[in-house]
Amino acid sequence: MIINHPLLGPRDSAEFVYLGDATLIDRPDWQSETALKDFSDYAYLRDNPAGEHRELWFHEGGDRSWLVVTRNTLTHEISKVELARDVARARGRSK
Amino acid sequence: MHDLTPITALGGTAAQVDKVADVTCTEVPEVALTSVAARLGKEAAAAKAIKKLLGAAAPDVGKFADATLNAFWMAPSQWMVEAPFDTHEDLADQAKAAVDSSASVVEQTDAWTRFDLSGGQVLAVMELLCNTDSRRMEVGAAVRTSIHHLGCFVLRRGDQDFSIYAPRASAGSVHHAIVTGMRSAL
Repeated sequence: MIINHPLLGPRDSAEFVYLGDATLIDRPDWQSETALKDFSDYAYLRDNPAGEHRELWFHEGGDRSWLVVTRNTLTHEISKVELARDVARARGRSK
Repeated sequence: MHDLTPITALGGTAAQVDKVADVTCTEVPEVALTSVAARLGKEAAAAKAIKKLLGAAAPDVGKFADATLNAFWMAPSQWMVEAPFDTHEDLADQAKAAVDSSASVVEQTDAWTRFDLSGGQVLAVMELLCNTDSRRMEVGAAVRTSIHHLGCFVLRRGDQDFSIYAPRASAGSVHHAIVTGMRSAL
């Protein structure tokens, strides 16, 4: 499997480490009234789609960037690769 | 005063040189290193300061710049600066003075060890060592890849010349991998 790194081009997936669902970027607000439930959901609940899935990968054997990879869980086809920091900033995160 | 003898990463008093067929692997101990990472929102100021420090623009993705000081790209807005140890023992201090609060500077001199590979069949060795497409790397390219399961930087300095920066604590393992690769490929 080849992951097309947005900066470095096509790289072997063996250089990467898989973390999980990209919704981990959306960490809940700890000061919220519903923080307990929010964090419980954040930590334990995952969608398990048969099809397109957005997930976090770490380029451990490369430039050590975090990526958001859109992968089809049925075919392993990778349709989109973004830098996780760009995705996080687009969602209003400061870092 | 203690009478201490400086040793290289491989433990010798002089740099180790290994030659198989026409490829030579040379340990290069006399290098000062420091990493410079631009701080969030201060990327432009950092780029300007780094340009002044290096005598050339901060290298683009996957490249190195060879000017007054050499620097290679490590990650977005992050570079490693390398210089001769004899003249730049205080490289990190010089870099910090140049970038001030626009970037974070970390002394890296003893974190890495450098091996230079050169010779007519060097590409055959590089192919065996890492899964980076070394034949397609242009002169001036710098990438981070895995060699022997260790994160290493690979710089192509010439048609037949590569530099490898390996974690110093694993110098012996990487050296073993390189020499084994040379014996298998050549």
